Amino acid sequence: MTSTGGTMRTDPGQDRVAGGNTRPPVVRLAELTHRYGDVLAADGVTLDIPTGRMVGFIGPDGVGKSTWLGLIAGARQIQHGTVEVLGGDMASARHRGAVCPRIAYMPQGLGKNLYPTLSVFENIDFFGRLFGQSRAERDERIADLLASTGLADFADRPANKLSGGMKQKLGLCCALIHDPDLLILDEPTTGVDPLSRRQFWELIGRIRLRRPGMSVLVATAYMEEAEQYDWLVAVDAGRVLATGTPAGLRGQTGTDTLEEAFLALLPPERRGDHEALTIPPLTAGEVVIEARDLQMRFGDFVAVDDVNLQVRRGEIFGFLGSNGCGKSTTMKMLTGLLPPTRGEARLLGEVLDARNIDTRRRVGYMSQAFSLYGELSVRRNLQLHARLFELSQAEGDARIAELARRFDLEPVMDALPDALPLGIRQRLQLAVAVLHRPDVLILDEPTSGVDPVARDHFWALIVDLSRKDGVTIFITTHFMNEAQRCDRISLMHAGRILASDAPAALMAQRGADSLEDAFVGYLAEASGVQLLPPDASAAASDDTAAAPAPHPAPPARAARFSLARLFSFSMREATELRRDPFRLTLALLGTVILMLVMGYGISTDVEDLSYAVLDLDRSTASESYTLNIAGSRYFLEKPPLESHADIDRRMRAGELAMAIEIPPGFGRDLARGARPEIGVWLDGAMPMRAEVARGYVMGVHAQTLTEAVTASTGKRPAALADIAVRYRYNPDMRSLIAMVPAVIPMLLVFIPSMLTALGVVREKELGSILNVYTTPVTKLEFLLGKQLPYIGLSMLNCVLMFVLAITLFDVPFKGSLAAFFLGALIYVTATTGLGLLMSTLTNSQVAAMAGTSIGTLLPAIQFSGMLDPVSSLEGAGAVLGQIYPTTHFLTISRGTFAKALDFGDLGASFLPLLVAIPVLTVASALLLKKQAR
Amino acid sequence: MATRKRTLHNTWHLGIKEFHSLLGDWTMLFLIVFMFTVSVYADARAKPESLHRASIAVVDEDQSQLSTRIIAALQPPQFIPPVHVALSDIDRGMDAGLHTFVLDIPPNFQRDVLAGRAPALQLNVDATRQSQAQTGTGYIQNIVNDEIRAFVQRYRSTAVQPVQLIERAMFNPNLTESWFAAVTAIINNITLLGILLTGAALIREREHGTIEHLLVMPVTPFEIMLSKVWSMGVVVLIASSFSLQIVVKGVLGVVVPGSAVLFGAATLLYLFAAASIGVFMGTLARNMPQFGLMSILVLLPLQILSGALTPRESMPDVVRGLMSLTPTTHFVSLAQGVLFRGAGIEVVWPEFLMVAAIGTLFFALAHHRLRSTIGTMQN
Repeated sequence: MTSTGGTMRTDPGQDRVAGGNTRPPVVRLAELTHRYGDVLAADGVTLDIPTGRMVGFIGPDGVGKSTWLGLIAGARQIQHGTVEVLGGDMASARHRGAVCPRIAYMPQGLGKNLYPTLSVFENIDFFGRLFGQSRAERDERIADLLASTGLADFADRPANKLSGGMKQKLGLCCALIHDPDLLILDEPTTGVDPLSRRQFWELIGRIRLRRPGMSVLVATAYMEEAEQYDWLVAVDAGRVLATGTPAGLRGQTGTDTLEEAFLALLPPERRGDHEALTIPPLTAGEVVIEARDLQMRFGDFVAVDDVNLQVRRGEIFGFLGSNGCGKSTTMKMLTGLLPPTRGEARLLGEVLDARNIDTRRRVGYMSQAFSLYGELSVRRNLQLHARLFELSQAEGDARIAELARRFDLEPVMDALPDALPLGIRQRLQLAVAVLHRPDVLILDEPTSGVDPVARDHFWALIVDLSRKDGVTIFITTHFMNEAQRCDRISLMHAGRILASDAPAALMAQRGADSLEDAFVGYLAEASGVQLLPPDASAAASDDTAAAPAPHPAPPARAARFSLARLFSFSMREATELRRDPFRLTLALLGTVILMLVMGYGISTDVEDLSYAVLDLDRSTASESYTLNIAGSRYFLEKPPLESHADIDRRMRAGELAMAIEIPPGFGRDLARGARPEIGVWLDGAMPMRAEVARGYVMGVHAQTLTEAVTASTGKRPAALADIAVRYRYNPDMRSLIAMVPAVIPMLLVFIPSMLTALGVVREKELGSILNVYTTPVTKLEFLLGKQLPYIGLSMLNCVLMFVLAITLFDVPFKGSLAAFFLGALIYVTATTGLGLLMSTLTNSQVAAMAGTSIGTLLPAIQFSGMLDPVSSLEGAGAVLGQIYPTTHFLTISRGTFAKALDFGDLGASFLPLLVAIPVLTVASALLLKKQAR
Repeated sequence: MATRKRTLHNTWHLGIKEFHSLLGDWTMLFLIVFMFTVSVYADARAKPESLHRASIAVVDEDQSQLSTRIIAALQPPQFIPPVHVALSDIDRGMDAGLHTFVLDIPPNFQRDVLAGRAPALQLNVDATRQSQAQTGTGYIQNIVNDEIRAFVQRYRSTAVQPVQLIERAMFNPNLTESWFAAVTAIINNITLLGILLTGAALIREREHGTIEHLLVMPVTPFEIMLSKVWSMGVVVLIASSFSLQIVVKGVLGVVVPGSAVLFGAATLLYLFAAASIGVFMGTLARNMPQFGLMSILVLLPLQILSGALTPRESMPDVVRGLMSLTPTTHFVSLAQGVLFRGAGIEVVWPEFLMVAAIGTLFFALAHHRLRSTIGTMQN
């Protein structure tokens, strides 16, 4: 990286650990050991890292570089040994709290710690708030950072719409907002195109000029970048191979390049059969892939425009371009995954049709992200694909064995892919892609993030496939030494192809010394970027260094609890919610719909119970008796029954809820005073309905008798006593008055808890939880901050439901408004807390959702007194009902709606709700980890 | 012909893949086992009978032999032994929800009864607790009347009832609520898992990019969907059959006269419908949080309004009409028919047909959505 050469302060004389440095080392590792299962990521590492330098960690994948950086950043829990950073022990939470404002950590992966729906400005602003900066200070710093990274024009663009290079620059802005003394970058330029990479290092160089005391630790897979660092640590198998300046390492091994030096440092058994890759000449056959005027539009956005290309059999065709320029879209069209808006893609002369299964058999595709099943072993992944491509058992097994040998997968056949280093995973993906012997292989950045040795190994396989098996290969890459190996390459920018030719021809056209320079030249020209000539960069840096005033040093120790940090999480969560209008609509509109459906739907007024009569008497007496039942509004008469068998059949079919049997001779017996018996058969399949029906029929029966006596004697029979029933609170026994105040507590547990249930676990799955590990935010601030917006949203829901209840449902509200809403506020705080607890308990979003559904639906519907009062429950359900928050808010809701109650009367219900909040929050805080393991 | 064979072949192997995935997810396995054992058991055990342990208070202003007799008759299991309260405490106790019923026996009640003056008792009922209010009032009226009649009969003869009403409940003679609750719990769990497992599995494949990978292979969206449906169907079928045989019949001792095979077949058909709804929702939602909310919006009405919690007769026609478009409603009525009434296929075939029709409709909708959205699916 020549452009940053001027800013490096290398000292050729200084070869060994911090020899000439008078300042204490920024990081000291002593006897550090870290293991994941059987794999040692750190094997008794002892190392001092000098202050104020740009220190590179180089080595293959899976040797422990990322783990070391995570441990130094305080994001991982130390297993054995000591890690001292900035003069203190990182095992102490106190020290971590004190130094984390001075450390910035950018994890591996493009935009891993960014929030995808937030804009560029909002992302940086969020980190500024976390470090307790004032509005004015943040604005000044953000303007400064955006200007120096060239992101100023994109301040309002959401992070997920940025190209990879821009994402990394934004990540750097977020890391630099608080002027760290130690900047830790884990493979910051992996998967970034050469132009953006060059700009990124220029930026780092300028920042280091401005803050000369800052130490920078970088893990990288690009040896040519490492060449520019001050000091290097060569890592292999969890151990330090060597340290020193790049020149020192080259001198020590007597090699010309760092790549060779590293190979020389490896113990012989790790070096393998590495040798320079030679590519046999191509004997190109007929045209296999052809694109004619391909265009792809997504709405107004033209992702790919006017792409024309031809690839011949056996050719290795490289496809280069910055992230987000349309490469992946083009490849999807070439595989038939995406039908083009215009133009056509042909495979072996036939127009690609996404529906045509047979063309898929001729194509092998490897997507950018690992897209095999992480939960299936390597062997099972291969077997699944063999089956799907309809290889017979024997044929498939033979092919799998052959590929395992050829791709060197034999030792890992029974391992889970998630546990394997990236390089091996990519070999597995390639093995899967060629399993069915396709004519064409389409590979989307197959070597991104893979170390040089593994990359060479991978390329050897590709060359083999192309030259020996005649497979046509279409590949994208950001590595120029790989592009150099292609027969022809195309450069793409902003959806268009800039140039297309053999690598040497392209270099000749630009008059460039290297393919990288040629590429950067094309890109800079197309995007109108003014690149600094290498020599001028130091001077330019001096200019920027002079401009901004130095910022005051951050406070040495972060406050124990900060409302500002808490609110920064709240604001971020609220913004994310606003950016997802579908979710917001679901939350608000969903409540209304559910309230309508449930308010009207749940009713215990049973009417229109179907019944039929088996009248074996057919007398006037029996007819007048049955007429009374038919006249009741509770019953709905069905055609009469014929026989006892008929009763059985129709009851069994669920057609009747009740059958009435009037015995033969009923009229005669009645007249004689022989007390005839009427049989009533109830359908017990649904006990509640049967009970209600029984009550009704007994009432009708009693009334019938009274009327009969009155009719015959002329006066009403004297009752012994009169029972005056007063239905209180709901004199008409309207179901709505009983149900609506119960539906509100129901909905205020399901929706708020589901809103928060994914809060923590989603950050765990997507990686942004790292920001909690490495910034001064405390667990409580994080949890409460996340909870606040959802409490607000839930209260909005509550108001909405309240208004619906008193207007549409016309349910009178008699009690204290203040008591109702205060109760609701406490209640939704508890229910959102419940969701967060589920979220901290689980490790996958699916489990969090299932857990929340089970944890709310059952207790709230069955055990909280919606239908059956809690006092009538027994066993575990009764205990759960007593402590479950819904029980208590249900009492408050019904009390204020129907019973005209106030705080004084409801004290006993507020107390358990108030207790639930700290219990839930403390449980979540205890379960939440502030470091990864 | 070759196409059909390939479809079967792919669907089978993709389904086997789902099993392997599930076997690796311990949390999910634990949740499934928990739902079909502990949860079903707790739900059935906690569920009270229609009138069970109702809380009642009495104000005994008479302090007579008769009033004591009446109070003594209000006994468990229907009632919690009555507490005596003062007249002035009625409002407070009812306001706080301590008592569902308060029976006020006025002074000189016994004397007035014996004198044939038909004095009035006052029964206060908390009508916000509707289910207990209705059945409980009837119970109390009967008990009080019986006690008074028996008491008076010792002094003078009273009129006998000219007609006797003999009621019997078929299929569940004692109207044990826990029988019903256990089966309802199983049905609810089947719905929950059927929808969540398949829908979330689809979104997960999309978030992890594996669906795109599948689609470049000779696999159709139809096969992907069908494989998820059948594999998850089998898992839930095994879990629910186990729950029915071991937990419900064995541990809870519920008498289930119906055919387990017929119920199993119905469950499988219902799972096809539920899973299709799940996949359909999975194609609508763009991320897991959206899917989570949607599932609540769908699960809640399915559980509450399908006739598994309260009788469908009591619902307004609109709700009943809407709910008859869901497979759950038909499955609930089918399950009650088969399990409790011992109904055979000749009785429940219309429900079978409805579940199959609704399932097919959602499957077709989901298939259409999946195919049309596949191109635009980007993480």
